[in-house]
Amino acid sequence: MDRMPRWADVILIPLISLILAALLSALVILFIGESPIEAIKLMISGALGSTYGWGYTLYYATNFMFTGLAVSVAFHARMFNIGGEGQALLGGLGVAVVLVYIPWPHWTIALLAATASAAAFGAAWAALPAYLQARRGSHIVITTIMFNFIAAALLNWALVGPMKAPGQEPATVSFPEATNLPTLHDIFGIIGIDWSRAAPANVSLFVAIAACVAVWALIWRTRLGYEIRAFGYSEPAARYAGISPFKIIMVAMLISGGLAGCMAINNVQGEAERLVLNAAEGAGFIGIAVALMGRSHPLGVFLAALLFGFLYQGGAELALWMNIQRELIVVIQALVILFTGALDNMIRMPLEKIFLAARRKSPPPPGPDRKSTSAEAAE
Amino acid sequence: MTIMQKLFGATAALALTAGAALADPALIFDLGGKFDKSFNESAFTGAQRWAEETGGSYNEVELQSDAQREQALRRFAENGNNPIVMAGFSFATPLTEVAADYPDTKFVIIDGVVEAPNVRSVIFSEHEGSYLVGMLAALASETGTVGFIGGMDIPLIRKFGCGYAQGAVAVNPDATVIANMTGTTPAAWNDPVRGSELTLAQIGQGADVVYAAAGGTGVGVLQTAADEDILSIGVDANQNYLHPGEVLTSMLKRVDNAVYDAFTDGADVETGLNVMGVASGGVGYALDEYNADLITPEMQAAVDEAAAAIAAGDLMVHDYTSDESCPAINF
Repeated sequence: MDRMPRWADVILIPLISLILAALLSALVILFIGESPIEAIKLMISGALGSTYGWGYTLYYATNFMFTGLAVSVAFHARMFNIGGEGQALLGGLGVAVVLVYIPWPHWTIALLAATASAAAFGAAWAALPAYLQARRGSHIVITTIMFNFIAAALLNWALVGPMKAPGQEPATVSFPEATNLPTLHDIFGIIGIDWSRAAPANVSLFVAIAACVAVWALIWRTRLGYEIRAFGYSEPAARYAGISPFKIIMVAMLISGGLAGCMAINNVQGEAERLVLNAAEGAGFIGIAVALMGRSHPLGVFLAALLFGFLYQGGAELALWMNIQRELIVVIQALVILFTGALDNMIRMPLEKIFLAARRKSPPPPGPDRKSTSAEAAE
Repeated sequence: MTIMQKLFGATAALALTAGAALADPALIFDLGGKFDKSFNESAFTGAQRWAEETGGSYNEVELQSDAQREQALRRFAENGNNPIVMAGFSFATPLTEVAADYPDTKFVIIDGVVEAPNVRSVIFSEHEGSYLVGMLAALASETGTVGFIGGMDIPLIRKFGCGYAQGAVAVNPDATVIANMTGTTPAAWNDPVRGSELTLAQIGQGADVVYAAAGGTGVGVLQTAADEDILSIGVDANQNYLHPGEVLTSMLKRVDNAVYDAFTDGADVETGLNVMGVASGGVGYALDEYNADLITPEMQAAVDEAAAAIAAGDLMVHDYTSDESCPAINF
């Protein structure tokens, strides 16, 4: 555990991974005959250079925070929930059901109801795979990914059939005006900041940040969180300590599914203001990368979600103003996922050797070292 | 006047002059991507034809997500592009919002309808074109069973299938029309393997002509039909050349013309609803050297007669999307 200082683990490794991914992306851009420096400039100015760019970056980041948290919570119980996509789709259905059929007087109440409904639908979608895992041992990876397809089919049935608005498009009617969430333009307008009106980032960003704090408190400051982590580290030990595996699997997956479902208040209620087909658009899968990169810690998830928001918005600007095909933008995004998620050990192992070598030369004083190990063990 | 105001004034003036100098048209492709051998590619062909003929240049973008629709519209409008052409019905909702914010920019939406003073809505009467190829299918069929393979199960695709079934039943009241949809997610637009499986299944049920209205999935349908020695019908673009002598015809949907016309008219493009049917040459069936041997003079005469009747308004083909039902087939 003490091969490397903690700062190197949480900051240095992701940073080096990012730089490697950026260098490789630059080569790819060079290879297709465009200037990588221009491209990076465009990505940064497009995603972070204006309130407009920030508005989109934060909008995407909000989606990724919810799905990233969802994957993290399940991951603490060593459940690999890759059904975030389907759970987010069901969350969208939950939002639509509440907003289309019930007239709400004000967005605040509508947001509460929609959040509750989205979480309930998302959790319900995670419940069956969780039950099958807990009682029957059906592998959660297989069942959750299968449920993504069932969710897509269910949404399609609802949007082509009973919930379809009149007209061409397979989508629900637009939600009533009263339920539309205030965007950052409206919110910052109150305190006199002129935020771009076009960008879709909205009040659910703050719900996502609150969810980050809540997940942190749950995992590290409650008994349930302790049980989830204990179960994740060792099932036999947890069982020996009187923790019910069935309960932990169910609870962790329900919370996970609920968080993924909550994403719908951002993309369905906040942005589209109606339910369209394939509303989640892969954010459930990006959540896996976000959770891996964020080391399943809410703060890490928050930062990783911002990074992926930047990549999404920056990528959109590249597609708009440079002659770069969208497949190549996916390649660039994939390189970042590959380096930060999958190739973690490639950076970690040499880095650990370097730190070990450095430590041998100058042995650390015994006092603080003992203290830090005991602090880490307590975590 | 504060420095900030001066700065804003200067940027505004700059933006205005840039817009005036730049007035290039712009084209936004739908999620299927530019090279889908079908709808989007047809739009791209139209834009390229315009660029080659006039030497002009245009901006274009392929979208990655739904949230980018409004974004792309606003960015192009603020950049001074005019007109801004978008391919796909999914733009209708974002465009309704955006069009009002840029009254001096002209927008052209293909396959969707938006009522705004600065929007041209181009819709195609796919049911009429499908009716014509449905007639050809029933006339060419020896088994009396013809197949339809749709892409994603949405009303627009059912509109194709409904027109096709009506055409088949019109020439052969005993004809059996088998309809299958490839899937329920957007992946259904690009799944040639599944298209191939469905074709084999329809052949098993006796079909000897299949019509694919399924984007990239259709490539698999046409391939399997050629391999199994039955006839197939292409869609959107003329796909007769893909398997010479094996593709009966293609239902043409001239998206390229819609884009070309809009680009040619430039900022003066006429707004309002523009229905491109058989009468205006917006839809039809393809006849070229690759399928000349498959279409007998009798078949051609029958179809041309029907086309003339549709154009004259004497023959009404039922539009599935008008009431979400079809007299000739159940989906």
